[in-house]
Amino acid sequence: MVTDRFISVPPGLGEDSPFVCMGDGALSLWERSSTARVMPSARPRKLAKVPFVELADGRLQGVVSSGSDARRVYVSSVEAGSYAFTCSTNNNRPCGGGRGWFCNHIRALIGEAVLQYGLERVTRYLKVEDPADAPDVHSLTSAMAGTRPAQGDRSTAAQVFSRFLRHLAYLELDPSTAPVPEMQWFPTTRAVA
Amino acid sequence: MVPDDEGGGLMRVDLLGDAIDGLDEALTAVDGFDDVLVGGLLRPQPGQSDGLMGLAEAVAGTPLASRVAEAAEKTAAGAAGEDHFVALAAARTALLGSVHDALAARVEEVVDRPRAEESAGEAAPGGVGDAGRGEETQASNLGAAARSWLSDLARAGWQGIDHDLVAEAAPVVSAMLPDPALRRLATLLDGFAGELAACCPGAGLERIPVRRWADLWSRAMLLTVPGAGSASAGRGEATGRLLPLGVDVQEHATAVQAQVHGVFEPADGGTPRLVRASVSAPKPDTVVGAGLWQVLRPHMSLLTAVSEERVMALDAMPLTAEGDLIWDDGRARMGDSAEVFTTARVALPTAAAFPTAPLDRHPARLAVPVLLEGYAVEEGDDGAVAFEIAGQRLAVDAERAPTAGPLTAEAVASSAACIGLLRWDAGEFLLQPLAVERTVGKKSVAVHAGAWAGGTSDKAGVRAEKAATDAVKVLRERAGKLLRK
Repeated sequence: MVTDRFISVPPGLGEDSPFVCMGDGALSLWERSSTARVMPSARPRKLAKVPFVELADGRLQGVVSSGSDARRVYVSSVEAGSYAFTCSTNNNRPCGGGRGWFCNHIRALIGEAVLQYGLERVTRYLKVEDPADAPDVHSLTSAMAGTRPAQGDRSTAAQVFSRFLRHLAYLELDPSTAPVPEMQWFPTTRAVA
Repeated sequence: MVPDDEGGGLMRVDLLGDAIDGLDEALTAVDGFDDVLVGGLLRPQPGQSDGLMGLAEAVAGTPLASRVAEAAEKTAAGAAGEDHFVALAAARTALLGSVHDALAARVEEVVDRPRAEESAGEAAPGGVGDAGRGEETQASNLGAAARSWLSDLARAGWQGIDHDLVAEAAPVVSAMLPDPALRRLATLLDGFAGELAACCPGAGLERIPVRRWADLWSRAMLLTVPGAGSASAGRGEATGRLLPLGVDVQEHATAVQAQVHGVFEPADGGTPRLVRASVSAPKPDTVVGAGLWQVLRPHMSLLTAVSEERVMALDAMPLTAEGDLIWDDGRARMGDSAEVFTTARVALPTAAAFPTAPLDRHPARLAVPVLLEGYAVEEGDDGAVAFEIAGQRLAVDAERAPTAGPLTAEAVASSAACIGLLRWDAGEFLLQPLAVERTVGKKSVAVHAGAWAGGTSDKAGVRAEKAATDAVKVLRERAGKLLRK
């Protein structure tokens, strides 16, 4: 069974990949770990073209900068499983670029998602049946486009855009020097996905 | 071989492997309850009542007894209200508090440093039953909203989570984040919800971080109780010298915290103390690596002192009863250079720890600075590192270091001395390296996890700084165009 989980194992348990099968002993240790790493942190990438991308609500979705107008952005998404796709401006005008196919915005979105989360995680999240079909981002895009996916429900654009604004709002929040003991549960790690 | 007469005093590392009385029993009760949360409590199955009753029995001799017994009974009958969930979270927290205390006592034997004069404070699980203050209506409304979401989570169980349920946390978190009094709960809920979202739908989960999610759930539940997350009452001031030992970085997708551990030497000649200084910030998930330092740096000059291995002079810096300095750059002055390994060899053995706040008594919170020398390094096929010292194997969490820093697992594996935080997780003690000393030729070279905290001239570091600066610039530009129209 292909899962869309992203779960890694704490050090010392003999495994560092989320995809290897653990023995019962290692699994039970992982289950009884307080600081088990469940989600790897995002990988650094350039944000100019695609300032926001996420795997959420059962979709790969995000915001893509317009090539021509600095004030305009496109909200694009691809649904997991069906690959139903949408692309429109933040004012909900449809993107003219795709003509029923994945437009350049969607292609850029997929490319940046792979940079941020890694190919494996994106492939799993989108429920690409046979990951062997998608050894790189180009073939991942082709594999999905090749199923002739339908246009998705454009009404989700407003929701994605508001999630982008919420994301940006994190920049406006003040740092604090009061201790946050809860962060003890979120150790940093050099391990990469 | 342990060199007894040099290094950070006499570490009884051999004691780390010894069994601790009562530990297994307490953890069995915790695990029993944690397993109940996997399936959820909407329609409890007969098998789940054992876990609930086991938790109640484990606290039967405590002041929580009757409330938890009632909560376990109602919950097993599928009739639990939010207060019952809070009582169960409190019982679990109390049990792990006792585990923490037993582990902390063992660590105290191991490090053999001066004991704190202060009493360990109120031993009851913190916060439960505290009366809320009337004027904080907004805060208590948000706390109630969080409690309601957490109760829904408990009913759904980890196997029952879906996108809609998890998404309900977002508005609560957004409303809480700007309020400093709610920042801790908001930060916790944000990290927890992000993790749950990445694992939706729960029905397809192949493995579940059972203890971790129960930890996060219980802790969040208790923090929704008014007063539980407020800073401790006993607060003093620190005037003297602060000698940094290293920095521990914690991060989830939308938050980061750097905690500097160090030895504080009071100007009045009092006992040196182990202290921490923290700086934290919410962040967009694309701010990573060197970007973390950039977010935090402007708010704590101590990060520069860590990078440059300098002492800082403190003048009336607020200090909590748990040993947390509430950092204020205006009360700190950069001092002379002080090699961290010298601090660890000379000052650390004389420093007394502060007691842990009642609500913070949890094994995950244990982070005791230690200096280890004279160990043999054991490297597993999978790259896992362990130190063998005095016949005792100590697992090393060599990957637990910031990516924007030079301390790699390879550096740890080739080290001769290590300053680290002694921690405990999943049934064993482990060491989180903060800095190591390697012998290169005939010279000792120190490598620090926090070497880039204040900035760096390292080539890879400079590149990472540039990339992070560009990322934040793009986001700020977008925010400027879109947020304030």
